[in-house]
Amino acid sequence: MTDQTVTSDSGSAKSAEQSSEFAASRLAGGDGRDAILEVENLRMYFPVKSSGVIRRTVGHVQAVDGVSFQVPAGGALGLVGESGCGKSTTGRLITRLYQPTGGKIMFEGKDIAGLSPKKLMPLRRDIQMIFQDPYTSLNPRHTVGAIVGAPLLIHNVVPKKKVLPRVQELLEVVGLNPEHYNRYPNEFSGGQRQRIGIARALTLQPKLLVADEPVSALDVSIQAQVVNLLQDLQREFDISFLFIAHDLAVVRHFCPEVAVMYLGKIVEIADRETLYNHPQHPYTQALLSAVPDVKQAAIGGRRERIRLEGDVPSPINPPSGCRFRTRCPLAQEICAKQEPPLLQIGERHKVACHFAGEIGQHPTKPVTARLLGIDDQGNPDPGATPDPNAVEQPGFADTWYDVQGGHLGAKA
Amino acid sequence: MTVPVTELESHVTAPPGEEPDDSGVQKVAGRSPTQLALARFRKDKLSMAAFCVVALYVATALVAPILVKTGVLDPLTLHQDLLDVNMGGIPKGSFGGISADHWLGVEPGTGRDVLSRLVYGITWSLFIALSATFVAMGIGTVLGIISGFSGGFTDSVIGRAIDLTLSFPSTMMLLALSGVAVAFMTGTLQVPAGDVANALYVILVLGFFGWPGIARIVRGQVLSIREREFVDAARLLGASRGRLYFKEILPNLWAPLLVYFTLMMPAFISAEAALSYLQVGVKPPTPTLGNILTDSINYSVADFVFFFTPAFLIMIIVVSFNLLGDGLRDALDPKTHR
Repeated sequence: MTDQTVTSDSGSAKSAEQSSEFAASRLAGGDGRDAILEVENLRMYFPVKSSGVIRRTVGHVQAVDGVSFQVPAGGALGLVGESGCGKSTTGRLITRLYQPTGGKIMFEGKDIAGLSPKKLMPLRRDIQMIFQDPYTSLNPRHTVGAIVGAPLLIHNVVPKKKVLPRVQELLEVVGLNPEHYNRYPNEFSGGQRQRIGIARALTLQPKLLVADEPVSALDVSIQAQVVNLLQDLQREFDISFLFIAHDLAVVRHFCPEVAVMYLGKIVEIADRETLYNHPQHPYTQALLSAVPDVKQAAIGGRRERIRLEGDVPSPINPPSGCRFRTRCPLAQEICAKQEPPLLQIGERHKVACHFAGEIGQHPTKPVTARLLGIDDQGNPDPGATPDPNAVEQPGFADTWYDVQGGHLGAKA
Repeated sequence: MTVPVTELESHVTAPPGEEPDDSGVQKVAGRSPTQLALARFRKDKLSMAAFCVVALYVATALVAPILVKTGVLDPLTLHQDLLDVNMGGIPKGSFGGISADHWLGVEPGTGRDVLSRLVYGITWSLFIALSATFVAMGIGTVLGIISGFSGGFTDSVIGRAIDLTLSFPSTMMLLALSGVAVAFMTGTLQVPAGDVANALYVILVLGFFGWPGIARIVRGQVLSIREREFVDAARLLGASRGRLYFKEILPNLWAPLLVYFTLMMPAFISAEAALSYLQVGVKPPTPTLGNILTDSINYSVADFVFFFTPAFLIMIIVVSFNLLGDGLRDALDPKTHR
């Protein structure tokens, strides 16, 4: 790190105006609280089998391919991206509904990626999930009491006589009538059903809740109620959230930190103010430009909409180099040759792009070339040495690379 | 392995305490899917009639042994005096010897009371059909759930086992094995010889060759149920396989199972009759609908009443069970229309 110069954050004005909000979002790092969940290079490849009697594996769907992030204790990380980008798979890997192909899932410092079902059993109490569809996530043949009480019976945590009082208490917590424990799910509305699902997830007092699109199946008016309920619960019970959604507005409301996924990889991860106001990755920018903006509409005129060409490539055979290059307006030669690392470019901001920059201010030369030891076309540069620190880490480091300054450096 | 949920389920019957109790106003009480289906079923007059007939048969089957014990029914006593020896043992009097003592006449050749034999025969026939249905459905349901839920290699193995069972020449096999198997049961397994061993053989054979159909239906249902999120939710809680199979999935299967049950029963009642004709199963003098019918075939012209009554009873019960099954299917799955 000899050639790195000490630079100040070029967006100092920006960070000053947001410093108060930063403080809230930095709960995890700044507050001295550790990350409850640390995911490192998580991979999930689903085999694609040929038809016929002998079903050979002919390929793999690379649903999640090397994802790293942290969920701070008591915090919330949002995971956004379009359909099929691997965000739900990530959630199901963390809850260990799937066995990951590779990588680490450190929960409270313990790797749970390879644990057997038996050894996972005690951890099931700590990691629970809220499901997307309230119409299929509740067994139609069980009463609400049986559904919410099932975790207690499976884990044998309370004597059987105490189950019903606990169930009623939980129903009250999520805002349902505790007398309705003997009703069936079909007697409830979508929002009420989702509350039952939340009550079930809360039954064992989890430390981490994976919310897999918890509100996307609900009416907009109900969405707000459920999101607010989740926020109240987070505060009351000190639960950490991994909040998976495709609704950027909901994520913005709920999550101090947001990660954007594209085709099985995280392309940008930042605290919400930075991500929503100063996105650096062209995909994030395109995604955000698709969100209708009421304020813009009020003053007349619409924000420039970035239209992406083409479809998402197949995850069975993803593009070489940067996965977004086939649809990226900035793509150059280097993008096909070299995969951009998820580089930390701000205090709590990482982006995976050779040409990271704000809209209209993208650099013309790849900012990552020297770090990776390659020239501007992506060919190996014998004169340069790759920076060993340019490897993806789950959390945020104290030093980061200043891209806007035009040179790479680190701030101590 | 499973912690019973009955603790909670038992409260289902408890009256909901918070309902606004305006007398005179119809309470909008919550209804389970079962209650909704029952309400639909009750509206279907034909199915209700079929249900009543089936209920009548079941009631007859239940009281017949008591009536036999108390002497009201007497299926075994021979009444040689009521037979016309000159006519080759045909009952005296018209219509097979119908009289105040013998409402449906007496059996040609032996003079046993036909009504008593038919009533007691219903008991045996329903008992055999019901037991065989339970055996078939038990095997079929468990294997179907495992096959559908596990998928992969297990699924293939069970699938091939189904193919194998279906392609087996079962009728030939059960005829050929009849003597050996009954001897094995009475000898090695210490099963009481006679009616019990014969009935058990029929039950096991029918049950064993009857499971593939139900296994396929269950597997198909499980394939769709296992993709629903409540199964994931249970797995997430660390539910055991037993709990997943029998607490989460099985309750969602009971509609097709019930329908299949009502379609399997008549098939087995007919099968028992057919096997009786082939001299397999419970043998006279113990009556079953099947062996009474077999006996009566020789008298189809000479004593029409004796020939007609067992055939008629079998027809009625088979048709009723089938109609009941159709009605249940319509009631349980409101999306299908006739």
